Amino acid sequence: MAEHKSTGRDGRTDTDRPPQAAGDPVPTVIADNLHIVYRVYGTGAGKGGATAALNRIIRRRPATGVREVHAVKGVSFTACRGESIGLIGSNGSGKSTLLKAVAGLLPAESGKVYTHGQPSLLGVNAAMMNDLTGEKNVVLGGLAMGMSREQIRERYDGIVDFSGIQEKGDFISLPMRTYSSGMAARLRFSIAAAKDHDVLMIDEALATGDRAFQKRSEARIRELRQEAGTVFLVSHNNKSIRDTCTRVLWLEKGELVMDGPTEEVVAAYEAHQ
Amino acid sequence: MPQTLTPPAAAQAPVPGASPDPELRALAERHGLTVSGARPSLPEYTRQLWQRRHFITAFATAKVTATYTTAKLGQLWQVLTPLLNAAVYYLIFGVLLGTKNNVPDYIPFLVTGVFVFTFLQNSVLTGTRAISGNLGLVRALHFPRACLPVSFCLAQLQQLLFSMGVLMAILLSFGQLPTWSWLLVVPALTLQFVFNTGLAMVMARLGARTPDLAQLMPFILRTWMYASGVMFSISRILQGRHLPKAVEILLNGNPAAVYIDLMRFALIDSFTHEQLPPHVWAFAGGWALLAGAVGFVYFWKAEERYGRG
Ligand SMILES: Nc1ncnc2c1ncn2[C@@H]1O[C@H](COP(=O)(O)OP(=O)(O)OP(=O)(O)O)[C@@H](O)[C@H]1O
Ligand SMILES: [Mg+2]
Repeated sequence: MAEHKSTGRDGRTDTDRPPQAAGDPVPTVIADNLHIVYRVYGTGAGKGGATAALNRIIRRRPATGVREVHAVKGVSFTACRGESIGLIGSNGSGKSTLLKAVAGLLPAESGKVYTHGQPSLLGVNAAMMNDLTGEKNVVLGGLAMGMSREQIRERYDGIVDFSGIQEKGDFISLPMRTYSSGMAARLRFSIAAAKDHDVLMIDEALATGDRAFQKRSEARIRELRQEAGTVFLVSHNNKSIRDTCTRVLWLEKGELVMDGPTEEVVAAYEAHQ
Repeated sequence: MPQTLTPPAAAQAPVPGASPDPELRALAERHGLTVSGARPSLPEYTRQLWQRRHFITAFATAKVTATYTTAKLGQLWQVLTPLLNAAVYYLIFGVLLGTKNNVPDYIPFLVTGVFVFTFLQNSVLTGTRAISGNLGLVRALHFPRACLPVSFCLAQLQQLLFSMGVLMAILLSFGQLPTWSWLLVVPALTLQFVFNTGLAMVMARLGARTPDLAQLMPFILRTWMYASGVMFSISRILQGRHLPKAVEILLNGNPAAVYIDLMRFALIDSFTHEQLPPHVWAFAGGWALLAGAVGFVYFWKAEERYGRG
């Protein structure tokens, strides 16, 4: 772990950060009346043969059964450096969608998100391939997040140690499809946490880890927050929200219901349930 | 201070260009915040793409290795697939229909054509699905999206290089000795790679908006293949026949035919200079430049919109 920490900061200067006035909060993410709409194709009889496809293209008509899902409806907030912000709300309330929009991964239907630097979503899993070994996935995941080959080489041992998947045998040289879901989650978090982030967003990545790993990753989240800036955490585990967050946003049906200090919002949320 | 926001009674439809809060905007400007997910300028985009070159190559290699890991014969399929294709065409066109009789060295002729066209075909097909088939990746990580089509084309190039190994073995077994002209493979492949990538980027953008294209493309590509002289010699068909000039230019200028002919010229001794259409290198370079530049700019123009839907 010590190794992991010590390699977490090099190659980064403070010059690209705006000067920090004492006591004056520095915003890192500003969402301004943000709306996100998903368009879903291929519901109903949308798929079909090539002739049906040709017909649709020629008539320039959208595929049958296009549905719109209005997932985030007019959310505004300002997040500042040093904050770690929890997102809570029931299933399908738009938490993951909001994070993706902040990361610039989902285009806004209307409204704007302003960010400092490039926020990163803990989403390396998407770049990882189940048929490749853990070892190759560390490299691929690191490169996908924008680390250089050199940085990955330097941090490789730290990543593997932190994930702890070598504790049960030589698993790093086996394909990822042979990992348990917790082991895969550990490796994913370790890769993502090895990078320096201005704004880091974590979406339920810790849910499948065991207690020991959850503790370790919570410690790492606090550390990242101190080093870099702002951390967003989505979780259905109110305890881990209480342990790691300074502020909480409560979303329901795509709308922001409440925004405030952890204790008050989580208490209101629990009362609501 | 906690603030409870009263939720609007009905879900209001998003108004495009709804009045942004000037205060938030000013705050963002004061602290140097930028709009998340905005499209970078073209030079900046090119720079970002170059920065991700290691990701592009690693992703391509990973794709190639991952494709065959579940098959028993594994990586051998990279060679077997094009070889089986060539065998089927040889059986049909060479033996049953007798096209063979007009062309010397018909097997190398056919195999070269099949391999080179397969490279083009697969680049276009994977390009079409480069965005629409990888929405998970596009929605999870931030990188210049052009990484995807480029990477898929690179994976195809890698597969082609395996096939070229087989091809050279076939040539040697037909008694052809390596000559200096084999070196022409390098510029020919480079130009074709640029052309394929450009085309794949165009298809990637189209395929991102109209996923149906993935179903349609195999038919278009098959038609293209029959017009490209993969299993017959275009120069022989044109010989002694008076086709309209336009048809002749169309047949000879067809980029697929150009790259196939160049590869044949490089590798097969009996495929001589006379069989090459006029200005073939100019066509090869021109197509590569055109497709590469147009494809890149066209793809970049929609950069911020990939991943919606
Ligand atoms: N790819 C998608 N296409 C269409 N609709 C989607 C897509 N992803 C999410 N949605 C819809 O957007 C809404 C919000 O989903 P989101 O994943 O953001 O919820 P969440 O708060 O993260 O839920 P959970 O707690 O279950 O993770 C849901 O109604 C969901 O159906
Ligand atoms: Mg979610």
